[in-house]
Amino acid sequence: MTSDVQVTQAPALEMRGITKRYPGVLANAGISLDVRPGEIHALLGENGAGKTTLMNILYGLARPDAGEILVDGTPVEITSPHDAIAHRISMVHQHFMLVPVLSVSDNILLGEEPMAGPIFLDRARAHRRIRELGKTFGWEIDPDQRVESLSVGWQQRVEILKALYRNARILVLDEPTAVLTPQETKEIFAVLRRLRAEGYAIIFISHKLHEVLEIADRITVIRRGKVVGSRTPAATNEEDLAEMMVGREVNLTADRGTSHPGEVILRVEQVRVKDDRRSEVVQGVDLEVRSGEILGIAGVAGNGQDELVEAIVGLRRPSSGRIELAGRDVTHAGPRQRHRLGVGFVPADRHRFGLVLSFPLTDNFILTDYYEPPYARGIIRNEAAIDARARRGIRDYDVRTPSATVTTGTLSGGNQQKLIVAREFDGEQRLLVLDQPTRGLDVGSIEFIHGQTIAKRDAGTAILLVSAELDEVLELSDRIAVIYRGQIVAVRDGRTADKNEIGILMATGGSGASGSPSSPAA
Amino acid sequence: MDGLIQLLYSVPVLGLLFQFVGYVIEIVPRIAPIILQNATPIALAALCGVMCERSGVVNIGIEGIMIAAAFVGWYVGVLVQPALGGDPSAFFGVTPALLVALGAALLAGMLISLLHAWLSITVRADQIISGTIINIAAFGLTGYLNTLISTTSPNGAGAFTRFRPPPEIADIPVVGWIAEMLLRQGPIAMSLIVIVIVFQVLLFRSRWGLRTRAVGEHPRAAETVGIDVIWVRYRNVVLAGALAALAGAYLSMEGTNSFQQGMTAGRGFIGLAAMIVGRWTPVGALGAALLFASARALGDSISFARPPGELGTLLGQLPGQFFDALPYLVTIIVLAGLIGRSIPPAADGQPYEREKAAA
Ligand SMILES: Nc1ncnc2c1ncn2[C@@H]1O[C@H](COP(=O)(O)OP(=O)(O)OP(=O)(O)O)[C@@H](O)[C@H]1O
Ligand SMILES: [Mg+2]
Repeated sequence: MTSDVQVTQAPALEMRGITKRYPGVLANAGISLDVRPGEIHALLGENGAGKTTLMNILYGLARPDAGEILVDGTPVEITSPHDAIAHRISMVHQHFMLVPVLSVSDNILLGEEPMAGPIFLDRARAHRRIRELGKTFGWEIDPDQRVESLSVGWQQRVEILKALYRNARILVLDEPTAVLTPQETKEIFAVLRRLRAEGYAIIFISHKLHEVLEIADRITVIRRGKVVGSRTPAATNEEDLAEMMVGREVNLTADRGTSHPGEVILRVEQVRVKDDRRSEVVQGVDLEVRSGEILGIAGVAGNGQDELVEAIVGLRRPSSGRIELAGRDVTHAGPRQRHRLGVGFVPADRHRFGLVLSFPLTDNFILTDYYEPPYARGIIRNEAAIDARARRGIRDYDVRTPSATVTTGTLSGGNQQKLIVAREFDGEQRLLVLDQPTRGLDVGSIEFIHGQTIAKRDAGTAILLVSAELDEVLELSDRIAVIYRGQIVAVRDGRTADKNEIGILMATGGSGASGSPSSPAA
Repeated sequence: MDGLIQLLYSVPVLGLLFQFVGYVIEIVPRIAPIILQNATPIALAALCGVMCERSGVVNIGIEGIMIAAAFVGWYVGVLVQPALGGDPSAFFGVTPALLVALGAALLAGMLISLLHAWLSITVRADQIISGTIINIAAFGLTGYLNTLISTTSPNGAGAFTRFRPPPEIADIPVVGWIAEMLLRQGPIAMSLIVIVIVFQVLLFRSRWGLRTRAVGEHPRAAETVGIDVIWVRYRNVVLAGALAALAGAYLSMEGTNSFQQGMTAGRGFIGLAAMIVGRWTPVGALGAALLFASARALGDSISFARPPGELGTLLGQLPGQFFDALPYLVTIIVLAGLIGRSIPPAADGQPYEREKAAA
């Protein structure tokens, strides 16, 4: 490749000895990092290792306790995103930074508004530029569309356009692929390669090791706030990287063993569900999950999985059909009733469901059981029991936090996810509904959660697994159901299923009619 | 023609409706200017609310800012009248004393708003409590000072006067009535329409408006594109203070020519209701304020000159308070979603802290 060119080039960006302490955690302990123009530098690390913190410091969203930042070899002071933008640094954040009610173009031009005169915006000019910019990547963008009506994949594209619109030279992408389909990821990678060829200096964060190996020129691994090493993709592999991240050997593929299915726990009959816009997105689904088996649902995001899952756990009322839990009709039962019947639920969107970010960890641990003994004594909270519960969850599931009483919102994204899993996996469940259970998790945590899932199955729990990661579905499921446009189009044995066949079924429904993955409708 | 109307009036229910429409058509030319006068302080208060809440700061201290500005305007008028007062000019009765008094009222409103901004943006105190404090303090202080001052019954700087369009205008149907409504006004009520249009256009077409809305919806996203959230909020809240102050000045310097204790009479709160019914847009807020003011003007008109016949008997049975309560009734209906949902800015009322919330 172009490696000898890079070696001779000075770094576009250099961070030296960055240290940041939060109450109880040393998030960054003297991290040094550099990126050269025309280079993609991947940053790897466990959940809570300090990647986002480091990038927030670079972008002026957090102030370092020590260390310096150099752009083109000169030390710079970055105290706000405004400064970062002035140094032509742009960032795609781990969680979307888009204003949902504003249009695509208003989101993109915000802060960098083209003006017609001293007061008014020149939207026409912005539209032209956004369309042109989109076209160079093959994206047909409607600048007038509201961001809230876009699918996550298109929101991610808008984020990238927003970053590029600012004429950046240094581009940071914090887990841009976590919510993307493999197809969308491919598209984004093509964009990144172009930008690299144009001389951008790019920092890329991801937990997906194969992605990192595919796209990066250099890989730096951090653990607990410290750099543990750097590699080139040629000189390493997934196992090696995983071990560097976690500090021990990691089993990258779960050993699913054999399953011993028992009686039917969950029976879904001809269930139809409408989404928020009142269109029917689940169109007559039949499913059965037995005790001691994992049923995986494979499908491209937006084919009705979310609504089906919400109907099963009681968050959404089916418009028709029947849902049975261990022989009891629960079609009209609320979430609490179902929870008491032994349903555990790990939701896909951890910020909307499953966590109250402004609560301390302790309260989130008892969110589903707070009204019951031992956590409640009459109408009084039993603090000792609550505290013990939180400690146990934090220990058993390795939730990285300075204490059980900090606000849940300060946890890193992956650790928020581990908290939910720790709560829902605890105790005895008849049914576990796992919707994207490992989204945003590091390889070590994925290994652990996969292991726990299999252990739960072996203990006799029925498990319904929904995941956008086809590999995860293939690895864990005893049976795989493919969902396409709200219908189950095929069921395959998990051990003999063919990845290509499933992929085609997901994309086409098997009938040859193909969905268009490039249309911006949600 | 008259025969036909008599016939229509005699049909039950439908007849009542016709009688009502007939009555309204009869009184509209007379009450049209009054509607805008009634609407002015309500609409200005609502605009103050829109400007604050669009940037994410709840301000329920509008009532307090209004009464304080009404008092300051009047009292500064009293103080400067001997030195600066002169004969009212032909132009809206403007005198130097009146202008100084108006300026003082605006300044007072902006200063109180600055206090609210500091408490809710910098100190991150509860915004409802900050607003409540402003209301209680403003009422107490103005009431107390007023009793001290008014024992000497001083002469104020008077009031702005209304423009007088030629009386023939009122005879032209519809167009004439609207012209009457817009023109038979003092300077503050007249400028209201201009303020609303300018505000509406700026909110949706200018950089200031876009940034304001972004900050009120998702301040962190706004910060990540380099916008200074704190500064945007301060600026809006302080500017909004001038709007509420103008509402107060209207009461003591245009609607009347003196200060009375508690003269805002809940108009600041009705303004907040107009803001909600108007869905946080300037034009919507004006529309809601006009609706509330029309109900009020109609109520007054009915109690002064009850329409004849069946309709009169029926309306006579409605208590006067019904029309006072109408704004709140409409607001409840809107909030319940019957007329259409009214969704506040997403970050409304939430203090913003830099360097918070990880992942
Ligand atoms: N605002 C904050 N207040 C307190 N602690 C924080 C704050 N932000 C981050 N932390 C802590 O700093 C550590 C590093 O968090 P960071 O978000 O940088 O991790 P990360 O590497 O991005 O992880 P992930 O892969 O899960 O996103 C975590 O232990 C987290 O709890
Ligand atoms: Mg992170």
